[in-house]
Amino acid sequence: MDLREEQARDYRIRKGALRALVYAFLILAAVISLFPLYWMLLTSLKPAEEIFVFPPTFWPSRFAWENYIAAWNSSPFGRYYLNSIIVTFFTTGAHVAFACLTAYAFVCIRFPGREVVFMAFLGTMMIPHVVNLIPSFVLLKKLNWINTYRGLIVPHVISVFGIFLLRQFFMGVPKDYEDAAKIDGCGRLGILWRMYVPLAKPAISALTIFSFYHVWNDFFWPLIITSTDDMRTLQIGLRYYIDAEGGSGWELVMAAGTMVVAPVLLAFFLLQRQFVRGITMTGLKG
Amino acid sequence: MNNADLGKFSGSVAGLDSAAIDALNRRLMRRKILQEAVTGYLFILPALFILVAFWFIPTFYAFVVSFFRWDFMNPVKTFVGLGNYRELLTSLEFWKVMWNTVYYMIGAIPLAMFFALVLALCLNEKLKLLAWFRTAAFAPVVASIVAMAAVWMWMYDPINGLLNYFLQLCGMKPLKWLTDTQLAMPALILVDIWKHTGYDMIIYLAGIQSIPDSYYEAAKIDGANAWQRFWKITWPLLGPTTLFILIISVIQRFQVFSMVHTMTKGGPVQATDVIVYYLYEKAFVNFEMGYAFAVAYVLFLIIFAVTVIQWKVGAKKVHYGR
Repeated sequence: MDLREEQARDYRIRKGALRALVYAFLILAAVISLFPLYWMLLTSLKPAEEIFVFPPTFWPSRFAWENYIAAWNSSPFGRYYLNSIIVTFFTTGAHVAFACLTAYAFVCIRFPGREVVFMAFLGTMMIPHVVNLIPSFVLLKKLNWINTYRGLIVPHVISVFGIFLLRQFFMGVPKDYEDAAKIDGCGRLGILWRMYVPLAKPAISALTIFSFYHVWNDFFWPLIITSTDDMRTLQIGLRYYIDAEGGSGWELVMAAGTMVVAPVLLAFFLLQRQFVRGITMTGLKG
Repeated sequence: MNNADLGKFSGSVAGLDSAAIDALNRRLMRRKILQEAVTGYLFILPALFILVAFWFIPTFYAFVVSFFRWDFMNPVKTFVGLGNYRELLTSLEFWKVMWNTVYYMIGAIPLAMFFALVLALCLNEKLKLLAWFRTAAFAPVVASIVAMAAVWMWMYDPINGLLNYFLQLCGMKPLKWLTDTQLAMPALILVDIWKHTGYDMIIYLAGIQSIPDSYYEAAKIDGANAWQRFWKITWPLLGPTTLFILIISVIQRFQVFSMVHTMTKGGPVQATDVIVYYLYEKAFVNFEMGYAFAVAYVLFLIIFAVTVIQWKVGAKKVHYGR
């Protein structure tokens, strides 16, 4: 075997080893990423007596579905679900609808003070949430909106990020289209609905996912604005459930946790690409 | 008949001269502009109203109240000038909490970014694995913090927790994790890194994929090895990406709250008491609203400063980005 061949073989071996190392590292990282989710699901399906056995088991001796029923009944999770769905549905819907209206005005309608108002809107994105949320709480207390759906939803129906996103998108629509539509006798709302909304579908779907994810997982605002079980959202319900059951009933807490993350994780597995795009499009929270 | 004639003709029919027509046109134009302005404001009215009522007014209100001593339960507010600010800047507790926040950021941000970069580099050329792996790494980002905090509390359980089981398998002593003043913060940092690496990785991946292949080919021809190619091409060209991730990480981690509220409640003995949790307790446990708003405004100033630095540095660095 001559020298060159030997060198080539060495190179191939080194390259193969490096590749194996990279794969091993990636697999390890994937396992670490997913393991806590697996552990949550696993614990939620273990019979109560199996939780504290030593050494721990990595597959349940039988599937203890009764944990889910017990968790569901021991705290008003049905109500939490309903509240979360109501809040998420209306807030996300409002984010999209008002973002369309407002972004359209910022792009296509000339009105005095347009740029100033837009800059003021953007300015709110720089205010850390707590700086705004605690005084909002004081204000809502005066309005008697504490512990109501109004209080949970209304202060957060505007997503400045959404307005910004759709504005960027609308600016890319050629002006001629709109002029043509105007000549055809289309009103402002007609133009927005029939032309801009269909054209901005990718941005609108990204915004929908972004809002859904943030509102469903929101913690600080529902924590301070709700004070009784019948108004709490899933995150807050789970938070107090941990205090009640954590330490003795981990299988129940894990069953509750699984119920809380299931809708978002299912949506994520179905719409991965849109999720990743929707969430990483900005670092700023909406 | 040309246009000028037509104008004269119609003018003479209606008995008007061209100046009157111009005036009429101007008035029509003005009405159109006015109409357009009204339509514009009608379109933005809902957003404007909500933002004024629930963003501008409360934020300004907090600024005003930060100069008062106010027990939330009591209607009386006493003006104290800069008293709240003086009190907080001289309070040992405040500096302890600031230090905890900085500790958290120093612990979490560089490590999460490091792992994210390594993973992104490993993934870059293996497109077959990419979709599958992205799903795995992004799942923790999507799952709610409270639920994930619950799983980690269970894994950190000092008696039956999985992590102590692993430690014992390796022949080490079990640890107290969240109830140990020295370990509680690192334990939170570990969860943070686990949860956020996938997010940073996706942004790094986008940055890496925007570097043209021709740069690497040219470097290979010049005989640069993988290590040199990374330091001479990838790393400098990723500068803007790194800066972007760093800034948003600082802004997000500065406001860490849900995890602390769920896992440690700031304890043990304030070992994990971070700025937003401190603010929350001042406002809703001690009801010291004036003081809480002063803390909020200090937080605001710091985050504002970080954002300004982002603009300044960002403007300089972005040039050799693409």
